[in-house]
Amino acid sequence: MPPSERSALMQEGDRLMTICNSCRYCEGYCAVFPAMERRLEFPDGDLNYLANLCHNCTDCLSACQYAPPHEFAVDVPKILAEIRRKSYIEYARPIGLLSGPAVAAIVIVLAALGLIFTPHTSGGDFYAAIPHGVMVAIFGIAGLLVLVALAVALNRLWKDQGGLQPRLSAFTRMFRDATTLKYLSSPARRLFHHFTFYGFLLCFASTCVAAFYDNVLGWKAPYAYSSVPVVLGTLGGIGLIVGPIGLLRWRQAGIGLPFISMLLATGLTGFALMIFRNTGAMAPLLGVHLAVVLALFITLPYSKFVHGIYRSAALFRYALEQRD
Amino acid sequence: MTDENPEYDLLIVGGGNAALCAALTANEQGARVLIVESAPPEFRGGNSRHTRNMRRMNAAYLEDEYWNDLRQVTGGETDEQLARMTIRSSAEAGAWMTSHGVRFQPSLTGTLHLGRTNEFFLGGGKALLNSYYETARKRGIRVMYNTEVVSLDICNGLFESATALVGGSPLELRAKAVVFAAGGFEANIEWLKEAWGDGAENFLIRGTPYNNGKVLKLLLDAGVQPVGDPKQCHAVAIDGRAPKFDGGIVTRLDCVPLGIVVNREGSRFYDEGEELWPKRYAIWGRLVAQQAGQIAWSLIDSKVVGRFMPSVFPAIRANSIAELAVKLGLPVDAMEATVRNFNASVRPGRFDHTVLDDCRTEGLTPPKSHWAQALDTPPFLGYPLRPGITFTYLSVKVNEQAQIVMKDGNCARNLFAAGEIMAGNILGKGYLAGFGMTIGTAFGRIAGKEAARAAL
Repeated sequence: MPPSERSALMQEGDRLMTICNSCRYCEGYCAVFPAMERRLEFPDGDLNYLANLCHNCTDCLSACQYAPPHEFAVDVPKILAEIRRKSYIEYARPIGLLSGPAVAAIVIVLAALGLIFTPHTSGGDFYAAIPHGVMVAIFGIAGLLVLVALAVALNRLWKDQGGLQPRLSAFTRMFRDATTLKYLSSPARRLFHHFTFYGFLLCFASTCVAAFYDNVLGWKAPYAYSSVPVVLGTLGGIGLIVGPIGLLRWRQAGIGLPFISMLLATGLTGFALMIFRNTGAMAPLLGVHLAVVLALFITLPYSKFVHGIYRSAALFRYALEQRD
Repeated sequence: MTDENPEYDLLIVGGGNAALCAALTANEQGARVLIVESAPPEFRGGNSRHTRNMRRMNAAYLEDEYWNDLRQVTGGETDEQLARMTIRSSAEAGAWMTSHGVRFQPSLTGTLHLGRTNEFFLGGGKALLNSYYETARKRGIRVMYNTEVVSLDICNGLFESATALVGGSPLELRAKAVVFAAGGFEANIEWLKEAWGDGAENFLIRGTPYNNGKVLKLLLDAGVQPVGDPKQCHAVAIDGRAPKFDGGIVTRLDCVPLGIVVNREGSRFYDEGEELWPKRYAIWGRLVAQQAGQIAWSLIDSKVVGRFMPSVFPAIRANSIAELAVKLGLPVDAMEATVRNFNASVRPGRFDHTVLDDCRTEGLTPPKSHWAQALDTPPFLGYPLRPGITFTYLSVKVNEQAQIVMKDGNCARNLFAAGEIMAGNILGKGYLAGFGMTIGTAFGRIAGKEAARAAL
């Protein structure tokens, strides 16, 4: 692409990567630098790829002999963060990233609907508050839409960054690197991310087990405190409270905040529901909790959530390239 | 005006690797240490901030081989006792460095030839310095930035005090001993002109602009014995578009042996294929410095693109030699003739840029002994070359305790030196990759220990 048609941001990314490529001192920090060294030129798709490998840990910035105020003014984490943010918007066209107020508005509207349509019952039976079929229909449709949106985004990413022949071994390596956060240098940040990510997974597992109990075994909720869904949900809920609070310290230029807040809200309302499930507060709490979960769900493709998918895709590409 | 807290045992002048090694070591001996660094915090660390590795003796690189390498590059301009001491201490320096926060990484891509002999710092020299400064901060070692020493009170080889400029006002710094680790004079263009004439105006300084040699001059004026060639500096050919100072590693150009090099007249002037590039890297600074205007151009064709470490500046491209000459501002006819003659004299061979191959010219002056391939595949690429000054050799003489030796041959009781300011004792000529950091670390630690002993 001729320089005149490239955005100033991509031109800056190109300039920085060209400097880094002739220095290479940061090679050992993370995957960004070895991936960069495989290239002589940096078209937009490659910059999007490199940006999605970066965790913004800033180790390279503090080590950089060319960091501002040096006249080369090299600030790789800052520029890659901007490119990364732009890639989130680009791949999620036309909605892009939802702002904090937009996400809050969705939550408020859904919670209001939840409260209005939840009849007051005196606790215990969730399905007396919201009929089972309604829950399944709403979340089923929402889930389907989310999956389609994410698939479209992933397809755009793969085309933008250049298709490669997938290999199973690369997938295994990507899975290992992603689930262990191999290139995230800060132990504290890694810990809080693990709380968040595995908390999210445990909550998801809890929902799946509950669905299995209900639909296959015919066991009706609510389940005992010692039951599998409640134990998984409780552990997951702890993760979704501890993790996001810890991660607030590293939130990236504001784009992470709505998503982190939604995870935290999910954890908090879930706990509230579990504690007060046998009281009159159950029905409104259920309405609010399900509204939060639904809001979290439908905003996933337009939130920081996508970083997990895009970074995994980048790690997959990295594993493919390293073996070439 | 005197410092509000004059109670330091040890003053360290400089803020690079050697200075920090001295400060941390002296602090561990119980000395109260003050570091004065002439640069602001963001540019602290002298030339150490541009380094990337350190040459270290190890099981696969023993003392005698290391010593032989040094003897070869210096042509004997070294002190065997000090050199062997430095080499030996490099074996266990790694553990000390690690315990003071330094992290290492595997050899960088494209540096295979250094894998056996050199250890690379994770993130490079600035990361190493950050670790040392952080350790110093935790230990309560005080660092004064933007503080340039402008005069020394040395009487009969005894240090009394130094005067530094802080925000334009003089500040007297007293201490019981002093370590000078303030680097060489490579950033002092006026001083370089004494050796190189006005052509030095066109030199680029690869490292810090703060190595202006003022402290070295103060010491020499105070009757300290010099060592090392006062006229020489280590010069390499770098991209002519590099900044005047602080361009560091990214300004190097590794394409010289893959093409031809011409001067302002469009003529070749030296065998570009004489030796493998790492061994010949250093002579090209001098060669370019001897050309009119202290400038030359490396020309390659598209056949060799991708076979050398990319430069930070884009090549100037053209589809014909004539067009390239116009773009580079070189005489078209002369350039065309040079390339025509060169192409006609290239003998057939098997090109391999990783070994001394059999591609050479015949009947050409100067010849190209290896990697000679006709420049015939457009686009043609050109890079301007200028001398890039890395460091100077003139130093203060020291003994094995890093103690400064006076002109009368006596050792100064409480004056010590470490790093580039004394490296000429050991590396009086030539260049050995990563050896500057070895000297700085070895003598920084010795100076810190001995200066603390002298002070306490």
